[in-house]
Amino acid sequence: MESEMGRGPKISVRNAAFSYDGVRSVWKDVNLDIPEGECFCLLGPNGCGKTTLFNCISGAFPLSRGQVVINGRDVKEYSVSQLARILGIVYQEHSAPFPYTSLEVVRMGRTPYLGVMGTPSEKDTAHAYGIMRELGIGHLAEKSYTQISGGERQLVLIARTMCQEPEIILFDEPTSHLDFKNQAMVLRTVKKLSARGITIVMTSHFPNHVWNIGTSVAMMNYEGMVAAGAVDQVMTEENLTKTYGVPVRIHRAVSGGRETCFCDPDLG
Amino acid sequence: MTEKKPSKLFWVLMAALPALLFIVSLFLGRYLVSPAEVLKILWSSFLQLFGMDAGIPITWTDSARTVVVTVRLPRAIMAALIGAGLSMAGASFQGMFQNPLVDPFVLGVSAGASFGAALGIVWGFNALGIQLAAFICGLAAVAVTYFLAHIYKSTPILMLVLSGMVVSAFFQAMLSVVKYTADAEEKLPAITFWLMGSLSNVTFDDLLIAVWPYLASMAGLYVIRWKLNILSMGDREARALGVNSERYKLLIILCTTVITSISVAFCGIIGWVGQVIPHFCRMIVGPDHKVLIPATMLAGAAYLMVIDNLCRLVSANEIPLGILTAVIGAPVFAYLLRKTRGGWQ
Repeated sequence: MESEMGRGPKISVRNAAFSYDGVRSVWKDVNLDIPEGECFCLLGPNGCGKTTLFNCISGAFPLSRGQVVINGRDVKEYSVSQLARILGIVYQEHSAPFPYTSLEVVRMGRTPYLGVMGTPSEKDTAHAYGIMRELGIGHLAEKSYTQISGGERQLVLIARTMCQEPEIILFDEPTSHLDFKNQAMVLRTVKKLSARGITIVMTSHFPNHVWNIGTSVAMMNYEGMVAAGAVDQVMTEENLTKTYGVPVRIHRAVSGGRETCFCDPDLG
Repeated sequence: MTEKKPSKLFWVLMAALPALLFIVSLFLGRYLVSPAEVLKILWSSFLQLFGMDAGIPITWTDSARTVVVTVRLPRAIMAALIGAGLSMAGASFQGMFQNPLVDPFVLGVSAGASFGAALGIVWGFNALGIQLAAFICGLAAVAVTYFLAHIYKSTPILMLVLSGMVVSAFFQAMLSVVKYTADAEEKLPAITFWLMGSLSNVTFDDLLIAVWPYLASMAGLYVIRWKLNILSMGDREARALGVNSERYKLLIILCTTVITSISVAFCGIIGWVGQVIPHFCRMIVGPDHKVLIPATMLAGAAYLMVIDNLCRLVSANEIPLGILTAVIGAPVFAYLLRKTRGGWQ
């Protein structure tokens, strides 16, 4: 199919189903095509299988049916380190057991290029520091990863992923535990990466993030996929209401010459 | 921007310390041999290995030569090796288990090896037989732990720790059974003393057997030390960074187990080295395993040589090594705990 179209989607999920116990499927018949350069958001309530789908796309969980195709090749066919060179993952922030400096953490992103016995060189360290500077967190380099704020830690993890030089970055709810300012910092960084042509897949709890940075979106609920496609077509009151199971209103506003949309639940 | 890391001078000093202690270990002891003679004895013995004559007049007695070459030398080498090995093993496990409180015996190797040794003593094996029994049972205990912890193509850290506890408890109980049935006049004291740990009976023959697998395992841990940083971030993150954590876990467990089994088989249970030294080094060089592993190796070698010299010199009767490492190690650890308030920041 790729040859007919010239260039297939960057990521494609085909007839996928997943089951933890082999009996009950978390979701099934999932089909998604994510073209190169998209900033794709995945919305859905807690426990609908959003993170499971995320883990399947990243190759961490094996599908029970169907396939995930990345760059035209089944994700199962990649070795772990091959995959890490084209696909980076930013999980929700976590704490490390040892007080590595932020630079040491970012430098870990060079690992897929190092081989079994390799250790990072001066050049790798310089590369890591360069990326931290680019993302505006150069000042954190010497600081202990365990002692910076949650938002800063998330940015360090993003920098680490950038160090892998990936074509695709997956974000799992990158703003979930962050305060307002840190959320903005992280989203701005994600937007910056998207502008560079990196394909982004991001799960989120906040529908507004889709208007903030998304170019395409899919919505899931407990029954399965609700809708998927371009932001304007999918982000409707009807779809959001169906997804979250509460009435949702969308507001449009013009500020600073730009139209922005946002939604909130109808509290009656 | 260059990373903050220990300077060249630091490494020179770190390497000089065990080297110096090694030489000093050969001078120290109840039998007095002057430093100049020690050096002469060493030089001539070294040349004799290659069939050459040093061409220096023999000013030393035969017993001086025996003390230096066949007693003190293998002992100092073994102390350095075991100190370095246990410390590296401890640092590797702490990284892999994502926990700075882990010691290299966490998977049950010491319990297994103790049981093996006790069995060997009761059955009247010779020294080599006892060592072999201890080594094999140490390996077996860890193998059982590993397979108990292995579920669905993965070995979660928590499962490893819990399985290690179970296997340790089992082999401890088996050891008690052996002790209980052992002859109280002869065998039981032998078992007890063996377990306390000592380097006093180490010979060159022991060294020749122990050194190759030991060094190979140390080299194994050394070359993959960078991956410990990655493993310490957890399995999920390791995978995202392109590291197959299961493969490295197995390799680390294998190398560590060879090191600890050999240590226990030849020198009994030497606690508190593999736990305290990595902590101490982490305070000095930071947590990055790229520098932490070589630092623990050198510091561990130096530490155990100091302790072993104390064992020999403090009293007329030798103090078992395992007692002194705990007597010194535990308070040092307590001090570090207080100083860092448990946070290791």
